[in-house]
Amino acid sequence: MIQIIQQYGLAYLGWDGYNISGLAMTLWLLVVSCGVGFCIALPLAIARNARSPFVWVPVWLYTFIFRGTPLYVQLLLIYSGVYGLDFIHNTAPFNEFFRQAINCTLLSFALNTGAYTTEIFAGAIRETSHGEVDAARAFGMSRVTLYRRIVIPSALRRALPVYSNEVILMLHATTLAFTATVPDILKVANDAYSATYDPFDSFILAAVIYLCVSFALIFAFRRAERHFLAFLQP
Amino acid sequence: MFDLGGYGPQLASGTLTTIELSLLSLAVSFLLGLIGASAKLSKNRAIKGAATVYTTIIRGVPDLVLMLLIFYSLQIWINDFTDWLGNITNNSYSWQLDPFTSGVITLGFIYGAYFTETFRGAFLAVPKGQLEAARAFGMRPFLVFRRVLFPQMMRYALPGLANNWQVILKATALVSIIGLSDVVKAAQSAGEATFRTFYFISLAGAVYLVLTMLSNGALLLLERKYAIGVRRAVL
Repeated sequence: MIQIIQQYGLAYLGWDGYNISGLAMTLWLLVVSCGVGFCIALPLAIARNARSPFVWVPVWLYTFIFRGTPLYVQLLLIYSGVYGLDFIHNTAPFNEFFRQAINCTLLSFALNTGAYTTEIFAGAIRETSHGEVDAARAFGMSRVTLYRRIVIPSALRRALPVYSNEVILMLHATTLAFTATVPDILKVANDAYSATYDPFDSFILAAVIYLCVSFALIFAFRRAERHFLAFLQP
Repeated sequence: MFDLGGYGPQLASGTLTTIELSLLSLAVSFLLGLIGASAKLSKNRAIKGAATVYTTIIRGVPDLVLMLLIFYSLQIWINDFTDWLGNITNNSYSWQLDPFTSGVITLGFIYGAYFTETFRGAFLAVPKGQLEAARAFGMRPFLVFRRVLFPQMMRYALPGLANNWQVILKATALVSIIGLSDVVKAAQSAGEATFRTFYFISLAGAVYLVLTMLSNGALLLLERKYAIGVRRAVL
C-alpha cells in the first residue's frame, strides 16, 4: 500500500508526469459534462413540455434513447463507432474532433447526462403551480418573461435535490472514461494494479478518493439546498 | 438491412447472457435489499450500524471501481481460502471464479445497497397497526412478513424497484469490461471483425432499448397486481 502511494500518489491526485490525471481529470470530466449537459437540458426541458408534438416528440425520443441504453454502449458508439464512418473520416473538423479520446468521452457523457437532466427539469417545469403562472400572466408578463422570471428559477430550485443525485451518478459514470484510455482515477488505479499485481490496494485507493468526492458533493448540495430551498423549510 | 455478417448467433447468445445476468443480479440484490432493510430497521445498534456502513460506502463509490475491486480481489481471497483449507486438511482445492459468477456477485452486492434504501422506505410506509394486529393474531415474524408486510410494501416499493431494475440492466454492460461475453462484447468483436463497429454497437443499443420497453410493460402488469384493493382518487 505504501509503495503504491509513493509511486502513484501524485498520479492518483492530478499529475502523472506528462498530463493531468487521476482526481483532476475526473473532476474536469465531471464539470465539463455536467456543464454542457445542463446547457443542453434547459432548452430541451422547455421543448419537452411544448404542446406541439413536432417539438416534444424529438426531445422525448432523444431522452428515451439515451436513458434506455447503457452509457458504456454510447461511449463505445462515439469512441470507436463514429470514427469508423467514412463521412466522419473524410471531413477534416470531425476527423480532428473524434480522433481525441477525451473529446469522444466528454461528448458521450454530456449527451447522456443531458438526457437525464432534461427529464428532471421537464418534470419540475410540469409541476409549477398554476397559481404562480396565473399571477405572472395577470401581471402582463410575456411568455419569455414568464419563463425567465417565474417558471425556470422556480423549477430549477425544486429540481435541486433530484439534480444533485444525477450529478453524483455522473461522478460514478466518469469511471467509464478509463475504457477510452482517458487517465482518470480508475485508469491510474488500473495502471497501479497492472504494475504491482495488488488489486485490493490499488482499487481501494481509488474507491476512497471517489468516496471523498461523493461526500464533498453531497455536502455542497446540502448547503445549496439549504440556501435555495430556504422558503420550503418549516 | 439486417446483415449480421454471420455474427447473429453470437449476438443472440450475448443477449441471453445479458438477460440471465440481469435477472440473477436482480434476485441477489432483491434478497440483500430485504435483509439490509430489515437490518436498518432493527433495534440492535450493531446490526443497524453495519447496514448503514454498507449502504453509505456502496452508494458513494462508483460501481465500476467496486466491480474491478471485487472481481480481481475475490479470486485472490478464494485462493487464499482454498490454500488454507488445503493446508489444514492435507488436500488441494481450487475454485476458479468465472466472470459470470463474479458479475452476479458484484452487481448483486452493489445494487443490494440501493434496494436496501428502497425497501426501507417501503417498510416504513406500511401502517404499524397492521403489523401489530398480525402479531396479535399470533402470527410468527416470518408469517407477518409474508402475509402482511411484503404484499403491501411491494406497492410502495415498485416505482423504486423499477428504477433499480433499469439501472441493473444497463450496469450489466460493465461486466463486458471484466471479460464476460455479453451483448456488448459480442457486438464489439463483430464490429471489429467486419469493420462495421457503428452498426453493431447501435444494434447492441437497440437490444437494450427493446429490453427496457419489455420490462416497462411487465412493470405495468405488476403495478396493477399490487394495487388491487387500493382506491385511487378520481380528479
